[in-house]
Amino acid sequence: MSEQLKFRDPKLAKEVAKRIQDLAPDSLVKFCHVCGTHEWTITHYGLRSLLPQNVDVIAGPGCPVCIIPAAEIDEAVQLALNGVVVTCFGDVLRVPGSELSLMDAHARGGDVRVVYGVGDAVKMARKEKEKEFVFFAVGFETTAPSTAVEILNRPPENLSFLVSHRLISPAMELLLGVGDLHIDGFIAPGHVSTIIGLKPYEIFPKAYRMPVVVAGFEPLDVLFAVSMLLQQLRDGKARLENEYVRAVSTEGNVKAQELINRVFDVADGNWRGLGMLSSSALALKKEFEGFDARKKYDLCVKKSRDLLPGCMCHLVMIGKIKPAECPLFLRECKPASPRGACMVSMEGTCRIWARYKAPTLQSEGF
Amino acid sequence: MCLAIPAKVVEIKENMAKVDFGEGVLRDVNVTLVDIKLGDYVLVHAGYAIQVLDKESAEETLRLWKEILAQSEN
Repeated sequence: MSEQLKFRDPKLAKEVAKRIQDLAPDSLVKFCHVCGTHEWTITHYGLRSLLPQNVDVIAGPGCPVCIIPAAEIDEAVQLALNGVVVTCFGDVLRVPGSELSLMDAHARGGDVRVVYGVGDAVKMARKEKEKEFVFFAVGFETTAPSTAVEILNRPPENLSFLVSHRLISPAMELLLGVGDLHIDGFIAPGHVSTIIGLKPYEIFPKAYRMPVVVAGFEPLDVLFAVSMLLQQLRDGKARLENEYVRAVSTEGNVKAQELINRVFDVADGNWRGLGMLSSSALALKKEFEGFDARKKYDLCVKKSRDLLPGCMCHLVMIGKIKPAECPLFLRECKPASPRGACMVSMEGTCRIWARYKAPTLQSEGF
Repeated sequence: MCLAIPAKVVEIKENMAKVDFGEGVLRDVNVTLVDIKLGDYVLVHAGYAIQVLDKESAEETLRLWKEILAQSEN
């Protein structure tokens, strides 16, 4: 059995589910993950059905595509409509801007190209020297190192970067400030953690007495994490634990961290529907501002609109409501015609629920 | 977006490597961010290897869990 399949072993999953039942207290407990891939694992494998009714796992702002504010989509749209080739990840294409998405810009004649990674954008720019290219650099700490690698590799002059990278731990702190959310523990994102290691999470048990378990993305990883969080609650002592030891080390990927620090400064960042979070974004350092598309093209978005009327993405993104509680969910807002950002990306909570939970929701009368 | 897929390193050439995603799918990925050798398993995100997977740790995790579960049975 491959390593991956061993972490999907149904027999072991049943045993862990039983341990979770045994450890669960009588009162309601709520754990929050902050990664779209965790939501995918939980929903795709139906893991919530294995948990006792009073153990809830909610999805925080862990989809890097969903949290890009409309103003930054508008910047990319502006570039595409003004003759610049905009390269982006596939799931950014249909994220709504204030008026248009990049897909709309493409339909209006803009040259918008989906790439697998920033390396593809570099190759394209080298090949088509007569055109101006921009790479729309979105993503958390998992993705930022690849942008740093290419910037330090001296990309061609006709390529610049629209940087929209964000950092995950400020968003986790934001959730703790939401008065009536009452989170009892965090399932921390495994792949972000391969880069940042454990240190950025130390603040949660220390300052907030909040249990944290860094978890991988196989079904057993998530079940183990829930069980570990419940054990911490039972012990009455918040700790930072690492379930995903096969990929996450205490120090993380030091080389990647160094590259991020060489290329970027930490800055305040706007999150869709959530507002400005201090020290939550990455911005190019002054010495690399020649690669900054905002400066190169003097981009200016004065007014923007993050949410269309009725859209509750901002509440879905902090786990305040479940997708089915949004009045637009699977009515006006569907995967084929998304109204809100959470319905676009394969990591958006609404999109995942629409894909995997729809039959259940219908049977539940949603 | 933060999806990362495990793959086996089958060829290394400077900062690039050919990796096998397990179904005969070979792809070139950038390995600047990791120190690797042939045969290592790496996590690949958007064309870049971001971490080397530790097979022994994977085995150890499962062994420990089986132990914990066996104890709670008793």
